[in-house]
Amino acid sequence: MEAFAAESGGMPQLNPEFWISQIFWLTLTFGILYIVLSKLILPKISENLESRKSQILENIEAAEKQRENSEEKLKEYEEIVSKGKFEAKNIFNQAREKALKDINAKKEVLDKQIDDEIVKVEQEIKVLQSGAAEKINKIAIETSSELIQKLIGAEVNNSSISAIVDDLSKRSGDKYYGN
Amino acid sequence: MANPMTQFNVHRIGPEIKVGTFDISFTNASLFMIISSVAILIIFNLGSKKNSLIPNKIQLLAELSYTFVSKMISDTAGLKAKPYFAFIFSLFMFVLFCNMFGMIPYTFTVTSHIIVTFMLAAFIFIGVTVIGFMKHGFGYLKLFVPSGVPAVLLPLIVVIEIISYLSRPISLSVRLFANMMAGHTMMKVFGGFVISLGIVGGWLPLSFSVALTGLEILVAFLQAYVFAILTCIYLNDALNLHH
Repeated sequence: MEAFAAESGGMPQLNPEFWISQIFWLTLTFGILYIVLSKLILPKISENLESRKSQILENIEAAEKQRENSEEKLKEYEEIVSKGKFEAKNIFNQAREKALKDINAKKEVLDKQIDDEIVKVEQEIKVLQSGAAEKINKIAIETSSELIQKLIGAEVNNSSISAIVDDLSKRSGDKYYGN
Repeated sequence: MANPMTQFNVHRIGPEIKVGTFDISFTNASLFMIISSVAILIIFNLGSKKNSLIPNKIQLLAELSYTFVSKMISDTAGLKAKPYFAFIFSLFMFVLFCNMFGMIPYTFTVTSHIIVTFMLAAFIFIGVTVIGFMKHGFGYLKLFVPSGVPAVLLPLIVVIEIISYLSRPISLSVRLFANMMAGHTMMKVFGGFVISLGIVGGWLPLSFSVALTGLEILVAFLQAYVFAILTCIYLNDALNLHH
């Protein structure tokens, strides 16, 4: 009769027919749910969260450490590079100095040699120069005496010819050996 | 039009089970309590099984729910409420899943029954009162005597405080039950309109029904949240006597 009343318009919620049943099943299901959640599942989730948190913290720490490490390494590297640069500059400078010194020394030697040669050659030239006029005169005297001999058939005094040749060569010598 | 209240009918599934004079038959209400609990257990078991650094979807869901409830409790009841976390978590999830399963057509909404919500609320009420007396002894009665109240008004205030304290389980249970019942009744009524107005006029109530479904899903979540957070607030009163 009560069930019929509930179904024909009233609120089924107020029909107490299944109240005990609902209380019983609610207690049972909610109780089991609570026990399983609190004893098995929630501690696991909490553990997972904690382990993740600690792992992330650890990772952050490790990353920080590595960053510091890398910064140190970078500093070292930069030091090495600057040192290397300095050394390279030094070596370069030394090499340049040495090369300059060598060049200078060699240049000096060469200059000396060249100067010597020049002096020698100049002397030779002078000798040759001074000798040349005489030789020419001599040749001129000989040839002219021969020519005269052949032309007139008489021996001519060499000294008189040489006087003439000297005179000529002095005049034309101004033309060739002017300086 | 179909009676919008028939969806709340409880009917027996299987044989009648009697313990003494009590009828504890398995009903559609029992079925949906079990479905909700099993769904919760499956989801959270899957979500806690594997501990990967980058959580998969179900693990993320479980962990977000965990932190959500944990934050809710610590915000309202402080650190002292930590031992009751599992209970409040279970409570929130149970009410939420019962509400949400009720949103599926042709299902039964467990929380739309006053006896269910009242049992939960009564259990919370009794539990909170016991915790309060255990923590503070008779000092817990100071809860009814707010500080800074003029002596003349005190008797009145104390009476009001006692009444408000005693009405907690009623307000807590009726809020949830009435919200769920009203929402489902309204959806049923609009659904009935769709049928009775037919292809010509049924579109308006249909669109209403669609909008209501969205609203009801919101209400289903919100009521579970309110139920849990009020429990936290009551627990806070018992743990940290503020008055």
